[in-house]
Amino acid sequence: MTKLESKIPDGPLEKKWSNYKATQKLVNPANKRKLDVIMVGTGLAGAAAAASLAEMGFKVKSFCYQDSPRRAHSIAAQGGINAAKNYPNDGDSIYRLFFDTIKGGDYRSREANVYRLAEVSNNIIDHCVAQGIPFAREYGGTLANRSFGGALVSRTFYAKGQTGQQLLLGACQAQSRQIKQGNIEMYPRMEMLNLVMIDGRARGIIARDVITGKIERYSAHAVVLATGGYGNVYFLSTMAMGANVTAAWQSYKKGAAFGNPGFVQIHPTCIPVHGDYQSKLTLMSESLRNDGRIWVPKNKEDAEKIRKGEIRPGDLSEEERDYYLERRYPAFGNLVPRDVASRAAKERCDAGYGVGNTGLAVYLDFEDSIKRLGKDAIEAKYGNLFQMYEKITDDNPYETPMMIYPAIHYAMGGLWVDYELQTTIPGLFAAGEANFSDHGANRLGASALMQGLADGYFVLPYTIQNYLADEINTPRFATDAEEFDAAEKETSEKLHQLLNINGSKTVDSFHKQLGRIMWEHVGMARNQDGLKKAIELIRVLREEFYKDLRVPGNLNDLNPELQKAFRLADFLELGELMAMDALNREESCGGHFREEYQTNEGEALRNDIDFAYVSTWFYKGDEKAPEMVKEILNFEAIELKQRNYK
Amino acid sequence: MSLAGLFLITFLLVHLGLNLLVITNNDPMVFNKAAHFMSTNKLIKVFEIILFGGFLLHIIYALILQAQNWLARPKRYHKTNKSETSPFSKWMIHTAVIVLTFIVMHLFDFYFKSKFGGAPEILVGGEHYHDFASMVVTKFRLPEFVILYLAAFIFLGFHLIHGFQSAFKTLGLNNKTYTPVIQALSIIYTIFVVGGFSAIPLVIYFQ
Amino acid sequence: MKLILKIWRQNSASERGRFVDYSLSDISPESSFLEMLDILNEKLIMEGEEPVVFDHDCREGICGTCGMYINGRPHGPDELITACQLHMRKFSDGDTIVIEPWRARAFPVIKDLTVDRSALDRIIEDGGYISVNTGNAPDANSIPVNKEHADLAMDAAVCIGCGACVAACKNASAMLFVSAKVSHLALLPQGRIEARERVHKLVARMDALGFGNCTNTGACEAECPKGIKLTNIARLNREYYRSRIF
Repeated sequence: MTKLESKIPDGPLEKKWSNYKATQKLVNPANKRKLDVIMVGTGLAGAAAAASLAEMGFKVKSFCYQDSPRRAHSIAAQGGINAAKNYPNDGDSIYRLFFDTIKGGDYRSREANVYRLAEVSNNIIDHCVAQGIPFAREYGGTLANRSFGGALVSRTFYAKGQTGQQLLLGACQAQSRQIKQGNIEMYPRMEMLNLVMIDGRARGIIARDVITGKIERYSAHAVVLATGGYGNVYFLSTMAMGANVTAAWQSYKKGAAFGNPGFVQIHPTCIPVHGDYQSKLTLMSESLRNDGRIWVPKNKEDAEKIRKGEIRPGDLSEEERDYYLERRYPAFGNLVPRDVASRAAKERCDAGYGVGNTGLAVYLDFEDSIKRLGKDAIEAKYGNLFQMYEKITDDNPYETPMMIYPAIHYAMGGLWVDYELQTTIPGLFAAGEANFSDHGANRLGASALMQGLADGYFVLPYTIQNYLADEINTPRFATDAEEFDAAEKETSEKLHQLLNINGSKTVDSFHKQLGRIMWEHVGMARNQDGLKKAIELIRVLREEFYKDLRVPGNLNDLNPELQKAFRLADFLELGELMAMDALNREESCGGHFREEYQTNEGEALRNDIDFAYVSTWFYKGDEKAPEMVKEILNFEAIELKQRNYK
Repeated sequence: MSLAGLFLITFLLVHLGLNLLVITNNDPMVFNKAAHFMSTNKLIKVFEIILFGGFLLHIIYALILQAQNWLARPKRYHKTNKSETSPFSKWMIHTAVIVLTFIVMHLFDFYFKSKFGGAPEILVGGEHYHDFASMVVTKFRLPEFVILYLAAFIFLGFHLIHGFQSAFKTLGLNNKTYTPVIQALSIIYTIFVVGGFSAIPLVIYFQ
Repeated sequence: MKLILKIWRQNSASERGRFVDYSLSDISPESSFLEMLDILNEKLIMEGEEPVVFDHDCREGICGTCGMYINGRPHGPDELITACQLHMRKFSDGDTIVIEPWRARAFPVIKDLTVDRSALDRIIEDGGYISVNTGNAPDANSIPVNKEHADLAMDAAVCIGCGACVAACKNASAMLFVSAKVSHLALLPQGRIEARERVHKLVARMDALGFGNCTNTGACEAECPKGIKLTNIARLNREYYRSRIF
């Protein structure tokens, strides 16, 4: 059986990271120049790591599928970034941030990694301020903080509603400086399609120049994947249209294990789907739930009339409305965690009480708050969100309640990595959302930016040296090894195969079908029968895909349909693994809710005795089932408890 | 570009001040004497050269910048731009060409005549003066002349109303408090200059 | 809704392009502009034609990837949004919509509506940053920043690099883009240290890349999806002269 070595350093929790750094292997400056690192992805983790490694003197080759590294999807993060600075003097500490993150993740993450994350969180804020990130300030000139879900302290730093954008631009600018200095070679519009391994180590990648269609080879002493999450397996999500799993999935097929693939986060406050043509879901900040009340009609007949447009929400009296979150969770009310709020909305809609033309929406009503605080106060707090909502829906939320519905937002699962962020392939590292590491079964708000930058600025640039120190005698190698030939041939054949099916269905039509299967059976609430059915349906769909797909255009050209087809082929395989993982995990935890495992009140029921592990999947061949290996999670600092929000 | 522009803007005020003497004074000799001073004083001669230099600089810069701007978009849009902008700024080069044509004509009408002869002369107190005052009056009795000059002033106004405030922006003189003042000034200035210059032919024509 | 689309089609940078007319029916006014193009492309694929290539990614108005010149306006007929946030309800049934790529010497067409905007990245590479290495920073609160300056810096920093300012400008000038970065960094005490060299390098690079000159026309400000103000250009000019004269 395959063994997993998580390489967690010895010693007490709070000393592990400093001990590791004190004793790890380093590379001397003269040797750094001789070592190449391939960085795939230029989001927070990728750009930060590329810049930091280049500043140290390593030679970095950076790749992104976008036309500019600045467009990576980290840019869309709105809310903020957590750090244990305790500037508001409200009792925050590294331990408290660590504890909140473990608890928020429903006790399914590795203590040592999360503690390190909390430790370096403060360095991130220092570095970002030095870079010129225009964080919000108090009148005295010091940094401002706000509070976010899942914490009792204000520890979130923010730059308006565009924190992700500002942090990404900071990292990209640092990267630009290194490009100018010649330490980073930047390859935009270049999509990684395969991993090249020589003697069991990651040694390079096969990438396709999106403009010319040419397939190219790149070699390096180590490869880092910072390629983000795989939410687009659901077709509709808050992800960018181009976000994909290909780099991670192709590496999985070369031997990198996949950790907790079934863990995805569903965000409760997105603008609902309004038609078949819809391509994307837009997130509305979670902060709206501070002042909005969520409801659906109490009577099915009223819900139906609303759906048909016969009556308007304002026509229903207080008695005819069901404020279901306040009814079910009197203590937390509308402020229950993301997963709980999402499931409750689905439950009402499935029962026939949903509103909107599709019946898949609930109301988020500001009427009471406007009465209580005045329109101006609400506008000051949420003006930009209300404007965004109106631009998209043409409804004025000051006058009629907003409609919201949950949507796929973040993937907690990803490539399995050890404490050094190294995958099970030596020389292949994964950083940011692409790895599975720090958020367990549920991510807290404002923690994604923290993790991406922690990995990129402060963790990977250290840990990768522990590997590279043993590579100083490996000369730069050419890309004419037979392993490169084989990998290129494999990729080229796959591309030709996709182009030559000449079937009758477009890539998007298959992708929408996959999305429906995933959302229906591997979405917010899962059960054994549904998951088994999903596995069957995905297999059938995959067969049909290879028989009936139509990809227009040529290989040697800018051909977005071909790009999409290649990505979808991988999603069609990932979807099955996600369903298998969800099927295996016979408990409910965080974003993973199995209907069979709930309390009498309908709450998630975790099983710490049997499932306190990371399910780690190894590819064994197209025809064979993958092998699942457990990384048992040992909790030494924290006592495991059931979450309760009543 | 902007500095030369502001210099020319200042010159226009001086020019207008002198010209207004034609209609504000009953004695035509006041204007003639002023014109005489302007064309004989040594210091003014120096300024004349600077003035021509300013014009030339403004024109040369304009040509270079315009060429660069046209080159920056070799393939033009099919649909004309509908962005909300200051309308006059889009036509600066066009109003410039019209105003320049006018200036050349204007120079032939008055300036060169004074330099190379052709202007009527008048003897006052033993000294010869060009009788510009009567020249102006004769010209502006002709309706086609009045219309031509008025049209030129309107185009000059279009050029100035954008040029005035744009020059400040280019010089970086922009500020929450002063910018609205500058914008107001640019309108007042333009109205004053266009109005002032236009008043001369109108008053003379209708006298 | 029924629509006539007049779309610029061009196979590659070296080939000549032309307008091609397409008609679409049954478009929901609730769909976004790019979703309307998705529907067109699905139709074209099924008819055996090549779909229209256009850049897009986040579809929530922040990545800056999408951009096209719609009926004479970059990002189309609405204020403060990118093309991906434009909705079809802004058009009327039976409308003809002319869609062109960004036009500028510095933004060559790659294919159809896709252009190469890497010139903007080249400008940033020449100094659009604060030169600080990871690990060197003092405590974040050891550099107090005047709130008004921090807010102004943020207002400039929201630039998404979409290139609409260049596309809208009658001179294809990148001044608004460059001034946004210069302003963002010059307004913060951390950025002042390199302010003098930065403004020089960025302006020099912008000029070398073949962008036009600023004539304070204001089309950039009118079309900027993030509402970046013309005052940033004045600030750039101020910084530029200050660094030259003093």
